[in-house]
Amino acid sequence: MAKITVDGIIYEVNPQNNLLQECLSHGLDLPYFCWHPCMGSVGACRQCAVKQYRNADDKTGVVVMSCMTPASDGAIISIEDPQAVKMRSNVIESLMISHPHDCPVCEEGGECHLQDMTQMSGHNYRRYDFKKVTHRNQNLGPFINHEMNRCIACYRCVRYYDDYAGGTDLAALGSHHHVYFGRQEEGTLENEFSGNLVEVCPTGVFTDKTFSEHYTRKWDLQTAPSICTGCGAGCNTTPGERYGTLRRIVNRYHHDLNGYFLCDRGRFGYGYNSSDRRITEASIVSVHDDEKGVRKTLTTHDAQRQFDAMTAGDVVGIGSPRASLESNLALRARVGVKNFYAGFSAEQQQCSQAVIAINREQGLHCPDIRTLEQADCVLVVNEDLTNTSPRFALALRQAVRNRASQLAADARIPLWQDAAVRELAQNELSPLFILSPQGTRLDDVATDTFLGTTASQIGLLGEIAAAIAGSGSGLAQQIATALLNAKHPSIVSGISAGSVELIQATANVARALRQRRPDLAAVDICFALPEDNTMGLALLMEEGGGTLEQALQRLASGNADAAIVLENDLTLRATPDAIDAAISGTPTLVVIDQIHNAFNVRARLLLPCTSFAEQNGTLVNYEGRAQSSHQVFPADAALRPGYEWLTPIDPLSSALTTSETILYHSAQTLPAFAGAEKLLPARTGIAALMKSPRQSHRYSGRTAMSANLNVHEKKQTTDRESAMSFSMEGLPLQKDASLLSAAWAPAWNSNQAISKFQDEINGELKQGCKGAHLLQRSLPPQSPVSVSTNNTSNVYFIDHIFGGDELSAMAPAIAARSVGAYLCVGEAEAKRLGLQQHGRAQISSGSYSAELPVLIRQRIAPGAIGIYCGGEINRHAFANGVSISAVAEDGNVLARSHQMFDELVINDSVNHRAMGRG
Amino acid sequence: MIQLIKDTLISQVVTLWRVFVHAFDKTDTVEYPDVQPQMAARWRGRIILSRDPDGEERCVACNLCAVACPVDCIALQKAEDEEGRWYPEFFRINFSRCIMCGFCEEACPTNAIQLTPDFEMAEYVRQDMVWEKEDLLINGTGKYHDYNFYRIAGKKIGGKDKGEARNEAPPVDVRSLLP
Repeated sequence: MAKITVDGIIYEVNPQNNLLQECLSHGLDLPYFCWHPCMGSVGACRQCAVKQYRNADDKTGVVVMSCMTPASDGAIISIEDPQAVKMRSNVIESLMISHPHDCPVCEEGGECHLQDMTQMSGHNYRRYDFKKVTHRNQNLGPFINHEMNRCIACYRCVRYYDDYAGGTDLAALGSHHHVYFGRQEEGTLENEFSGNLVEVCPTGVFTDKTFSEHYTRKWDLQTAPSICTGCGAGCNTTPGERYGTLRRIVNRYHHDLNGYFLCDRGRFGYGYNSSDRRITEASIVSVHDDEKGVRKTLTTHDAQRQFDAMTAGDVVGIGSPRASLESNLALRARVGVKNFYAGFSAEQQQCSQAVIAINREQGLHCPDIRTLEQADCVLVVNEDLTNTSPRFALALRQAVRNRASQLAADARIPLWQDAAVRELAQNELSPLFILSPQGTRLDDVATDTFLGTTASQIGLLGEIAAAIAGSGSGLAQQIATALLNAKHPSIVSGISAGSVELIQATANVARALRQRRPDLAAVDICFALPEDNTMGLALLMEEGGGTLEQALQRLASGNADAAIVLENDLTLRATPDAIDAAISGTPTLVVIDQIHNAFNVRARLLLPCTSFAEQNGTLVNYEGRAQSSHQVFPADAALRPGYEWLTPIDPLSSALTTSETILYHSAQTLPAFAGAEKLLPARTGIAALMKSPRQSHRYSGRTAMSANLNVHEKKQTTDRESAMSFSMEGLPLQKDASLLSAAWAPAWNSNQAISKFQDEINGELKQGCKGAHLLQRSLPPQSPVSVSTNNTSNVYFIDHIFGGDELSAMAPAIAARSVGAYLCVGEAEAKRLGLQQHGRAQISSGSYSAELPVLIRQRIAPGAIGIYCGGEINRHAFANGVSISAVAEDGNVLARSHQMFDELVINDSVNHRAMGRG
Repeated sequence: MIQLIKDTLISQVVTLWRVFVHAFDKTDTVEYPDVQPQMAARWRGRIILSRDPDGEERCVACNLCAVACPVDCIALQKAEDEEGRWYPEFFRINFSRCIMCGFCEEACPTNAIQLTPDFEMAEYVRQDMVWEKEDLLINGTGKYHDYNFYRIAGKKIGGKDKGEARNEAPPVDVRSLLP
């Protein structure tokens, strides 16, 4: 620890940091633009000027940029020195010379860092007499609005997009005061993390296009801390609501997981909430003779009565990895353990169980995303992370820069000297090896990639494990050496291949590494999971219950009176024949779901349930970290959370009617969830009596927003479930930020206010809840086990970030970026089968067949056949190998699929050219 | 003694006299509603939404009036036309809550919302005091005749391209290296 003096007050600081970061860490207000907590300093904007003195006798001092000056021991600086103040106000005045006077019609207004800094620096009137520079905007696709006139040229966007997120299609163009931040030509921003530009840009150049369509100022949004439902990573989000509809999602800082950034699926996938495919009312298919088969609407009361009557007997309950833990628990409580079945497909269930076992094994460690960023050698097995768990991919892009950090440390350059560190490291990257059936979006930073089918990947993993143990050659030896030499090796995989053997083979590498590297406390290995509560349901199944296969068999044999399917499209989880047999064998099928899909149209009774934003719930992420997702706004009266529909028939027999009581009860009774009660807010003193407001203290329009319906204002909805209230009254954020959703501090209206809630910059949130870890390392360390596979299938399934997830695919913006089902083959394979780029092919397997457009890629495992299901075809029908034949071409079809593939962003240079991308 | 009478009684008599003389003054009270009072232009009465000199809606749905409103009686929703112009999809004032403080007018960056000298807003049914945009929007500029926000703001809208706002240079050609 070093000590510095700021305006006569002594602060303890970390000398590794710069002055700006330390000033902000200590809660001082110092304006800045180009510096970002995650991206270091470049000293471009000159806004953070302070006066530095040589020693106590020095009364003159010099003006320095605090972001470019180390917080060295004994430094004496002044923020309030008149010369520094004058300098900062002059700088902001020049930055504002061409700013377009359009705050009222700017989506950033009210949460604009430029507005905050202008206020803080004291600039009011434009004195510059000459003309403002103007720019033409570009259409950057369905996610991002572009308004270049507002730019102050801080370069944060390109530093984020190119340097941090690895994008290639956004650049600083032009020269001198004509500098332009955009694409070389108009078009969709390709990077999967482009949405963060909205939060990274300190002004309104890049704004959220989906938000703009139903724009509301930040202070008018009702918000609550929530968890992203896009994948199993468990990123923290803040959804915002106004007038009863969800308006946007922004990042919510979590020190261990998402940090400052989200992926575009998480940010723009919320649109399904107000999709016209949302189930808005309960309905039942009539069985009366005169109107047989007609679906009729039910009132909530009638629906509950029907539901209770139908499910009084012997009932099968099928859970869901995308429903909250509470809903799954309520279903389990209602039907009983012996009637409760997992909503996983067979492979998903086996794989998630294998992952849990590995997560419990001593000597191994499941890294959170921040730890993953610190890995200096990474092996990615099979998983196309950018498309399945995108936030992992962004973390790995930072991990490969640890070589640069190492070089910088050797050269004694502080890490925050961003430009210097990059200049020093050039293209030197930490080792990253990718084993995959096809080229991935991370290939550009990979040391080497191995393209192979699941079987050949298992083979290579065996060789790597052997090489780590002592004997190997070629790529296996190279990977083994890199892992053995790394300070902090990490292995990342996932369950999307659906192969337990692959998971075991991956774990074997970690086990071999643990045996050779006793210096490591534990070897980092983690598995990306597809849905937001995959881990939660897998843990619940440890407490008893059957598999989906067993459930479907039981239903098909007519061995149940009714079935309740909770938030699950079973057509995605089993073969069409198995589903058909089960449905025809079920007298009464009840489905509780949010969105109309291919499965629930066949339900006898369909009950509408709330989305993540309309209910409280607990989700367990890939690490086994349980996190609370809070209700953001009261749902329509017809919608109820799954657990509310499922409340036992006689409510007096059980008090388990709210999410909190269900969670508390399960934490007490189910060993798998021991410790989950830590998620419930434990408030003491005055705070225990107060609720946290969901609305900001500037929330407007309360007495007018529903006045068109009734001038007499309704009482605000009471939240009987959580520690939050649907009002602006309650415990102020500054007093207790344990339920922090939207950061705000006096003079800090933008998201940069988060620094006021961190114990230091990039540190933990002062009062934030980090979730409860449910998995303990209770199993003894294992030696590598032998893995053999009889899986010779050359079919693999492709994932896409946009459209690959059931719910977010319904969001209009995501739908605009997604593609339909297609077939992907290599050039040799295409030639053999007579397939043509963008032509069509017939695939068939047993009694199933489908006609798909063809994408010929260069970077694909030899002989492998990739299928992207795109919500159109059933993957289980084709999992065991397919036969392919070309379909006669038609010019129109070619043109259509050509257009479709144009939306696809892949790193395959040959295909880029083939699809007309520069 | 005489001094005391001088100080007190004369003052009383003078006062009485003054009051009596006022009986013959011109009356200030008017026979409302038969006679309408003359209100000052700055009087804070019924709120209107005005149009700019080109006849377009001035309101850009920035929400500043709503947030300035101490009784939260203004609610609106932003919408945008195809060419980028912002306007309120709905704009509602609950006059049964309004306290005519005029903060909304002060907050308005486009001079759209204005308070007028009209104060006759009583209703028998409270629901009728909820006014929508159709009720609020007038066909004129109100008190401020010349101001047109979009002529100054550097946002492109229909009929005004980039570089055509006040004090703007034409859009730069990014591909040129010339100064």
